[in-house]
Amino acid sequence: MRELFYIKGYAVLFLLLTLMGSCEKKEKVLFLENNQAVESTQIELCDICPPGFVLNEDNRCIAKNLYQQYESLQDKGVGGLKTSLPQVRDGFSPQQIDLGRYLFFDPVLSANGQISCATCHDPKKGFADGRSLSKGINDSITERSSPSLWNVAYLKKYFWDARAGSLEEQMQGPLYSPKEMGNNPQQLLQTMNAILVYRKLFSEAFPERPEKDSIQLQEIYTAIAAFESSLISLNSKYDRYAHGFSGALNENEIKGLNIFRSFVARCAECHTPPLFTNQQIAVIGSPEPEGHAFDIGAEKTFNDPTRRGGFKVPSLRNIEKTAPYMHSGKFSTLRETVEFYTKGRGHAVPEGEKLYLHWHIWEPDLTDEELDRLVDFLKTLTDESFLPKIPVIVPSEIENKILENS
Amino acid sequence: MIKKILIVLVVLMAGIAIGKFILNNGGGTVMPSPNALYHASSSDGVALRAKLEFTGTIHEVRKGDLIMDAVREASPGDLIRVYPGTYKETVYIDKDDISFQGIIKEGEWPVLDGSKELNDAFLYSGNGIRIENFKIVNYKGNGIMGQAGNNFILRNNWVIDAGVYGIFPQFGKNGLIEHNILTGIEDAAIYVGMCDNIDVLNNEVFGNVAGIEIENSRHCLVENNLAYDNTGGILAFITPGLPIKTTFDVIIRNNFVTKNNHENFGAPGSIVSGIPPGTGILVMAADDVIIENNIISGNDNAGIIITDFANGGAEASNDPDSEPNPDRITILDNFMIDNGNNPVGELKALMLTQLSTTGPDILAIGGGEGSSIRDIERYRTWGLGGFGKPEITSTSDRKTFLLDKPAEPRQISSKDLGEMTYYGICSGCHAYDIRLIGVPTNVIQMIYKDDPQGIVDYINNPKNLRDDYPEMPPQDYLSDDAKLAVAEYILTLKK
Repeated sequence: MRELFYIKGYAVLFLLLTLMGSCEKKEKVLFLENNQAVESTQIELCDICPPGFVLNEDNRCIAKNLYQQYESLQDKGVGGLKTSLPQVRDGFSPQQIDLGRYLFFDPVLSANGQISCATCHDPKKGFADGRSLSKGINDSITERSSPSLWNVAYLKKYFWDARAGSLEEQMQGPLYSPKEMGNNPQQLLQTMNAILVYRKLFSEAFPERPEKDSIQLQEIYTAIAAFESSLISLNSKYDRYAHGFSGALNENEIKGLNIFRSFVARCAECHTPPLFTNQQIAVIGSPEPEGHAFDIGAEKTFNDPTRRGGFKVPSLRNIEKTAPYMHSGKFSTLRETVEFYTKGRGHAVPEGEKLYLHWHIWEPDLTDEELDRLVDFLKTLTDESFLPKIPVIVPSEIENKILENS
Repeated sequence: MIKKILIVLVVLMAGIAIGKFILNNGGGTVMPSPNALYHASSSDGVALRAKLEFTGTIHEVRKGDLIMDAVREASPGDLIRVYPGTYKETVYIDKDDISFQGIIKEGEWPVLDGSKELNDAFLYSGNGIRIENFKIVNYKGNGIMGQAGNNFILRNNWVIDAGVYGIFPQFGKNGLIEHNILTGIEDAAIYVGMCDNIDVLNNEVFGNVAGIEIENSRHCLVENNLAYDNTGGILAFITPGLPIKTTFDVIIRNNFVTKNNHENFGAPGSIVSGIPPGTGILVMAADDVIIENNIISGNDNAGIIITDFANGGAEASNDPDSEPNPDRITILDNFMIDNGNNPVGELKALMLTQLSTTGPDILAIGGGEGSSIRDIERYRTWGLGGFGKPEITSTSDRKTFLLDKPAEPRQISSKDLGEMTYYGICSGCHAYDIRLIGVPTNVIQMIYKDDPQGIVDYINNPKNLRDDYPEMPPQDYLSDDAKLAVAEYILTLKK
C-alpha cells in the first residue's frame, strides 16, 4: 500500500479556483509519496447541498420542492396537477454527492480510462447521449438507448427492462459490461486506491471509517448514487402551471396538456404527472432500428412471456433534450414519437410476434394539429435550472472532452 | 312499515320546505340549489352533501358564450350557471371548488356537444368540483374526467356516446356520482378508477360495454342503480399493471342488474373487450366485496361471476404486485331470476361439463379464499363449494363511504412552504454565503432586514441592481402565499 503524507507547511499553493456557480475548490499541492515530492491536484469536497436540498443537522441533504405540499392517493405519487411525487431517495451528505459528481465525470472508472458515466449520460444532452444505441468502450454499440438521469431519485426500477431495483445495482451494469465501461470490481478498486486524491476524498465523504482504509466498492456506488439522486428537475413551465399560475402555459401548450391527459391520446395514463411515469412496465410494440433483432425487454427480467417486448415507462421530464426516443432510439423527434401512438395498435409489431399490448394502446386518431400540440406540451416539461456543475478537472486528471474547460 | 311512513313524512316535509323556498323566491326562473340540498335526504351527516352554504360569485353562461371563459374568471368557491343552448368546447378546470350547474328551462338543457371532434367535455384536476344538470353528447373521449380531484359531486347529467368513458374520476378521494344517465359508452359508462371513498347512487346505465366499474379502488358503495342492456352490468375488479394495485371494501346493493346482454363493442385490447355478453355482476381479483339485495335477472351468461385474473382473461395479468384472487366475497340475499339462458365462451364449455342446459346465477371460478354466501339454496351456483356462511346479515349500518369531513390538502405551515420554495426553486441560483448565479442569501438578508414585503416586491418585478450579477427573472408565477413565505424564510435563514 502506498503511503500518503501531506507536507504540512510545505504545501505550495499553485492554484485556487473558486468557480462561479459552485463551491468547487481546487489547489495544486505537493504530496510526499515514497519520499518523493509529487505534484497533485487537491480537491475539496463541497459542504453545501446541491440545489433542491436542505442540509439537516446530521449533515444530510434532504429533498425539498413544492410538490411536498400536496397529498397523493395511496402515497403513490400519481395523478393530476397538484399531487405529491413518489418517495424520494435522499439523505446523502453533501460530500458524498460531490464525490459522486467527480466519479461520474471521471473516465478512470472504465477499463481503458476513456469512458465515464457522463459519456452516455451527458448533462448537455439531458443526461442521455443523443444516440439511438449507446456507444461504449472500444466503440462497442450497445443494445439500447441511454435513458436520462433526471429525477432518478424518484424511480423504483432501473434500466429499460427494469432489471435493477436500486441505483447502486444499476450502475454495476455499465461499469462491468464488456460493451460499456468494460471494468471489473478488482481492477476498479485497484485503480481508485492508487489515486491519492481519491483516497483523501473518500475518507472525507465516508468519515465513519478509518481514514487510511482503502476505498470500498460500496463507497463508490453510494457516492455515484448520491450524485445521481441530486439531479432534480421540477421547475418547468408545466410545474408553474401545476402550482397554480395559469399564465405559465400558452394556448397551444394548454391544448397539448388537454390532449395529453384526455383518455383519447391516453398519454397521462402511463406518463402520470407529476413524475410523468407510473413506473410500470408497458408493452407498446415500438419498433427496433432497421436490421436490429426484436428486443424482448422485460420478458427476460421477469421470465414472463406476457411482458415480451415490454419496457419501463420513462419519465418525460426534459424529454425535449433526450432525442432520439424509445428503448431503441428509433424515433429521432418528439413528433415522430407521438405519431407512433396514433398509427394504430400493434402496427409496428413484427410478423409472428405475439405481444400482449397494453390496453391503453389503441387507435386514438389524433389529427396532425393534435400531434403538434402534444409536442408543444412535452416541451413545457423542460427544466435544467438545477443542472450540476461539470468539473473542470477530475481527480484522475485524465483529460476528457466532457469536462467544463475542454 | 313505521320506517317507511317516516321516510314518506320526511320527504313530504322536505318537499314543503323546498316549495316554500321556491315560492319565497318571488317567481322568475327557479334555480336548483347549487349545493347538496337537492338530494340531501338520501344520506345523512356527510359533509360533502351537507355543506349547504354557498357564498361565491355566480357566473352566468348563455347560449353563444364559452363556458371556459367563465372558468377562467372564476375563483374557488364560485358557481358557473350554464343556460340552455349547445356548447361545443372542452371545459377544463385546474382550480379548486368550482361548481357547474346547468339550468333546465321548459325541458331544454345545456348541451355539451363534442361533434365527435373534441376529446372530453369536462376535464378537472381541482378539488371540490361539482357538475350537475348537463347533457353531454358525442365526445371522443370522456364525458367527465377527473384527475386527482377530491371531494367531487357529479350529478344529474346525461352522457350519450362519449367514446371511451362516460364519467371517469381517477385518483380521486371522497366523491359522489348520482342520478346520472349514461348510454352508448365504448368502455365503462361510470368508471371509478384508482379512487377511494366513492358513492355511486341512483344512476341509470344502459347500452354500454360496462355499466358501472369499480377498478383499483377502495371503499365504494354502488347502490340503487339501474344497469341494463350493457355487456356487463356492474364490475368490481383489479386491472393489473396500474400503479395502484388493490380493490377492496366495495358494497354492491339494491341495484337492478337486468338483461345485460349487449354485444361487446369494446376497443380491441381493452380489458372490458373480454367481458362476455350477458354478465350481470363481475368481481375479478377484488377483495371484501359485499353483494346484497340486488335484483339480478335476465343476464344470459351469468348473474354474478367471481373470478381470478387467470380465468377472468386479463391478458397481461402477470403483475407481481397485484394479488390475483378474489378473497372474502360476501353474497347476502339477492333476487335472481332467469340468468344463464345463453352462456358464451368459457362458461358455455363449463356448462357442457356440468351437464346443464343453462348457465348459473352465480359462478365462482379460480382462486380466492374466505368467501361466503347467506343462502346458497336460493340460486343455481357453480364453484361455490368453498363458500361459508357470512358473519353479517346486512350492510345497513353502512350508509355511505363518503367521509365525514372533506379530504383536505395537507396543511403546511408558512415556514414549510417557505422552505420548499427556497430549496425547491431559489436554491438553483442562491446559496447562503457563496456566490452561485445570484446574490448570496446573506446579502439579501442585509438588504431586506425586517422587510419581507420588500423581497416579495422585488421577486414580482426584479430590477437589475448590480452590474456584476445577471438580472433575476421575475418569479411572479409563485402564489402570493409562497412568495411571502419564501421571503420570510430567507430572512430567518441561518446558514
